[in-house]
Amino acid sequence: MEHIRTPKVENVRMIVTPRKSTVGTLYLSSTHTIFVENSEALKETWVLHSLVYNVERLPANSSGSPLIIRCKNFHVYRLLILQEKDCLDVLACLTRLSRPERYGELFCFSFNPNLDKELREKAWGFIDLKAEFSRMGIPRNLWHVTAANHEYRLCDTYPSELFVPKSASPAVIVGSAKFRSRGRLPVLSYFHRDTGASICRSSQPLSGFSARSSDDEQMLQAIMKSNPVSEFMYVVDTRPKLNAMANRAAGKGYENEDHYTNIKLQFIGIENIHVMRNSQQKLIDVGELAAPSMSDFLWGLENSGWLKHIKAVLDAGVFIAKAVAEEGVSVLVHCSDGWDRTAQACSVASVLLDPYYRTIKGLMVLIEKDWVSFGHKFSHRYAHLDGDPKEVSPVMDQFLECVWQLMQQFPCAFEFNERFLIQLHTHIYSCQYGNFICNCQKERRDLRLKERTHSLWPHLWENRAEYTNPLYRTGHSQTRGVLKPLTTAYCFKFWKGMYSRAEKSVASYQSPADCLNAVREESQQLEEELSAHQERLAQLKERKTSGERKKSNKLSERVPRPIPIESELSSPLDYFTAPRSEKNTPSFTLPLQLAAPHKNGDPDDLSTCSDFESGVADLSSYSSSGGDDTKDPDSDEVVKANA
Amino acid sequence: MEFAELIKTPRVDGVVLHRPFMPTVEGTLCLTGHHLILSSRQDNTEELWLLHANIDSIEKRFVGSLGTIIVKCKDLRVIQLDIPGMEECLNIASSIEALSTLDSVSLMYPFFYRPLFEVIEDGWQLFVPEEAFKDLESMTDEWRLSEVNKDFSVCPSYPSLLTVPKDIDDESLCKAASFRHGGRFPVLSYYHKKNGMVMMRAAQPLTGTNGRRCKEDEKLINATLCAGKRGYIIDTRTIAVAQQAKARGGGFEQEANYAQWRRIHKAIERSNVLQEGLIKLVEACNDQSHSMDRWLSKLEASNWQSNVKEILTTACLAAQCIDREGASVLVHGTEGTDSTLQVTSLAQIILDPACRTIRGFEALIEREWLQAGHPFQQRCAQSAYSNGKPRSEAPVFLLFLDCVWQILRQFPCSFQFNENFLIMLFEHAYASQFGTFLGNSVAERLKLLLSQKTVSLWSWVNRPQELERFLNPLYEPNNLVIWPSVAPQSLLLWEVPLQMHEMPKEHMDCEISMC
Repeated sequence: MEHIRTPKVENVRMIVTPRKSTVGTLYLSSTHTIFVENSEALKETWVLHSLVYNVERLPANSSGSPLIIRCKNFHVYRLLILQEKDCLDVLACLTRLSRPERYGELFCFSFNPNLDKELREKAWGFIDLKAEFSRMGIPRNLWHVTAANHEYRLCDTYPSELFVPKSASPAVIVGSAKFRSRGRLPVLSYFHRDTGASICRSSQPLSGFSARSSDDEQMLQAIMKSNPVSEFMYVVDTRPKLNAMANRAAGKGYENEDHYTNIKLQFIGIENIHVMRNSQQKLIDVGELAAPSMSDFLWGLENSGWLKHIKAVLDAGVFIAKAVAEEGVSVLVHCSDGWDRTAQACSVASVLLDPYYRTIKGLMVLIEKDWVSFGHKFSHRYAHLDGDPKEVSPVMDQFLECVWQLMQQFPCAFEFNERFLIQLHTHIYSCQYGNFICNCQKERRDLRLKERTHSLWPHLWENRAEYTNPLYRTGHSQTRGVLKPLTTAYCFKFWKGMYSRAEKSVASYQSPADCLNAVREESQQLEEELSAHQERLAQLKERKTSGERKKSNKLSERVPRPIPIESELSSPLDYFTAPRSEKNTPSFTLPLQLAAPHKNGDPDDLSTCSDFESGVADLSSYSSSGGDDTKDPDSDEVVKANA
Repeated sequence: MEFAELIKTPRVDGVVLHRPFMPTVEGTLCLTGHHLILSSRQDNTEELWLLHANIDSIEKRFVGSLGTIIVKCKDLRVIQLDIPGMEECLNIASSIEALSTLDSVSLMYPFFYRPLFEVIEDGWQLFVPEEAFKDLESMTDEWRLSEVNKDFSVCPSYPSLLTVPKDIDDESLCKAASFRHGGRFPVLSYYHKKNGMVMMRAAQPLTGTNGRRCKEDEKLINATLCAGKRGYIIDTRTIAVAQQAKARGGGFEQEANYAQWRRIHKAIERSNVLQEGLIKLVEACNDQSHSMDRWLSKLEASNWQSNVKEILTTACLAAQCIDREGASVLVHGTEGTDSTLQVTSLAQIILDPACRTIRGFEALIEREWLQAGHPFQQRCAQSAYSNGKPRSEAPVFLLFLDCVWQILRQFPCSFQFNENFLIMLFEHAYASQFGTFLGNSVAERLKLLLSQKTVSLWSWVNRPQELERFLNPLYEPNNLVIWPSVAPQSLLLWEVPLQMHEMPKEHMDCEISMC
């Protein structure tokens, strides 16, 4: 609390859109910034400090000091604070609190959802990777768990349990680890039961211009042989070839096809974390443009290069999935360190290959396996602690977006919906749960995270109704087995739900999926009612036959199906903007402001500004039980957190 | 003329048909006067029946004696036919070329088509102006139905009956007509029941360079304003374009003469520019290079999405003036037959829930497009693939449907019809067995005796068996004004008419209807 100089500021204006704002009180707690509207509803907005990406103060003007809070999940809050001193205090406080310096300061260590010790332990066991590897149906005669990394002796960023070919001797395993960057030797990531081919992962070999390691060569040979029907294997280097070549000068690089027998080397060309970081920043800027023209938007989208990178990641996944499923050939995937692009490529391929990973639980398992356990550097990439900004990069964002792009092409193939992906994204950054803290398993163990923090997975699982895609159909011809997406450029869309939060809240008045869920719930309710009536009927008949005649007029009360939207669907938006070409023409041609006497019907009258929200809320109240579930899942989360 | 003269080879066996996202079919190719037919002659496989009128252009290729004809359709489908035998292939190609470019309207298929269903409700009689006027009369007595254009001499592109302010006599109408491009004087387009405000449409005033004025025109539109109220004139062109129009005798309303009106200029492109946009867009979609940068820059260069945004924004503006500002609106561009109709019809979809039902939407198309004199035949004579010299083709109607689709996407529960309905209208506007979209105006249609000699599209669509395909299972009627978002990230590319996928949305619809 020592950083909070001003815990409460009154008469703060929150600017929702250029023409809409609310006045309220701003509170600063040790974990959240809370804005409470002065209106009767006392609507609260909670912003977790650990989700704050940056805070920007604009020069003060006559109405106050503007403060912009940008969050890591792309929410942006614009505040106007009357006193400049208050504004400076809030700025200083948020700047400090949003950049914790030690793990101990993170929210997950104080977050306490009232679970007893036993429940907490059970929660951590919710995702079981041992069970996952046995689900894959790995043949025990070909693959086994090696003890080589016990106590992280071989590789401190890998999990302690590693699946390797049974034919690889301990010496080969150790030798191979020595020949790989940071000891990240080739190990099994996914086994495809249908073809016997596997996906393995590693870091780059320390080959330089001429070095070789017979152990590493034997290791790859062993992996290839573990797929008995195949005569070669692919080595997918997910980097652009130039980058891989440049690494040779540093004594690293890629496999020399002359030294390794029967490998085919394939470069994919996913750019490095620095390129991705800059690209995403440009994309965020596009999302923040005020009233952009179509050209501004499309040009910005192209200029960011973001969709090109997403396509590269998906292309990598498609290549691997094709090799494994269609050719029946095993693949070793690596990049430089094998924890960013490699994780992306392996997990995208897994989603394409295995319908299990397209379920709610399956995606959790996949993230736990390919990302958490294999040492994706969550704390560095998502800036959990104040650290090197060059380590930060939206690697996981890209994976989640690849899944979203696939959902657009295969609307019936995924058990979860967009909300699930967005919620995952938020928690990767939020530090509310312990799952994504630290950079590898060893660090997590050393910090005793399982004893001191809570697991996100059971929490998401309990709320899965909210994350379920009503269109999900396991038996659908398009969604059974391996997904074969189109990767033509036009198949990649701007992810509005993620990058254009403000626009989304204004524009998505009606969601077909929500309607569908509501209708489903309603029909289920009706069916239950029907069976209750039938039961009653049977009872009455019985009574009738037994000579008793009692009349009952009491019908069970049925909630009438409400009209989806009761108030206006929205207010009109800013349609008055002049066409671009006329910026410099004399003012008489510009749209003229109408005279004032329209106060009552003014669409931007602040008192009526919430009418678009009621449309959304009414949709969810479609189901009679949904009355309490209308809250934003995010805010729901933090309210509980504070309780 | 006999079609047989044009058909050099009526039948070829062993032809292979390739269609995107679909399995190939081998069968017999037949040419008739109006159709290209491919049948595998097996019971369970479908046959391809393609109207010659739907063919925009063809390409021939030869590998040895195997010929290939790529048929590019006006509805943007592309199919490939592999035809064994060079002579057969050449004959088929030249026959298709001849049959698909017949100029005479009376040779079109609708004049030969005999329905296989019983016409229960004649679409030609379904939407008559008198009926629409009865509805209006029940709400207000400020308007009358004028027969001034009975013989189409005042305005050849208007229907014979027009709704005009009660206090304006036919003589004034004639004078106002002489002051408007093509005689299209201001007429009622829509009456907003909620507050009594109206939307009118017209063509540009013929002010010319010396600022001509017409008292009757001023009086006509002022008659629609309540005392002390102001109205908006929405000119769909930029001020620069409107200025230029003066040199050719056109122009815009001068403030001084229309003191009660505020003029707003928007920037909807002229129809020839829209056509170029469509050609560029289709080319971008067919670029197989898979490069993201190229796709996005080509999409941007086509300006298609910008056009959608501008049209939709203008319609929203008109609706906002009427519903929120409580002001009446006059919409016009140059001729008043293209962008004007896009704006007035979309504004009605936003304002009037009735237009979001199937019947209401049909009535809207009948009222605001067919009877309002949108030159369908000229605009839809060629499409994106044509090699012919462009005349006055333009995807004006397609853009309107695209905008409707955008609103439908944002309000999936507010429309009785679904995407298929819009696609169907797009296809029939370009080539059809029905007479509905033939001709350029009511006058032309009367002359062609369409209602006697052809079947109306509505006669077919409104049969319960057909309607089923077009119903939106999520429809929940509501009486609200719906305000779409026009932000670029809210507007998506309408992919289905562009043949980019194998209709993934259909799965969604089928899933939805199962509930």
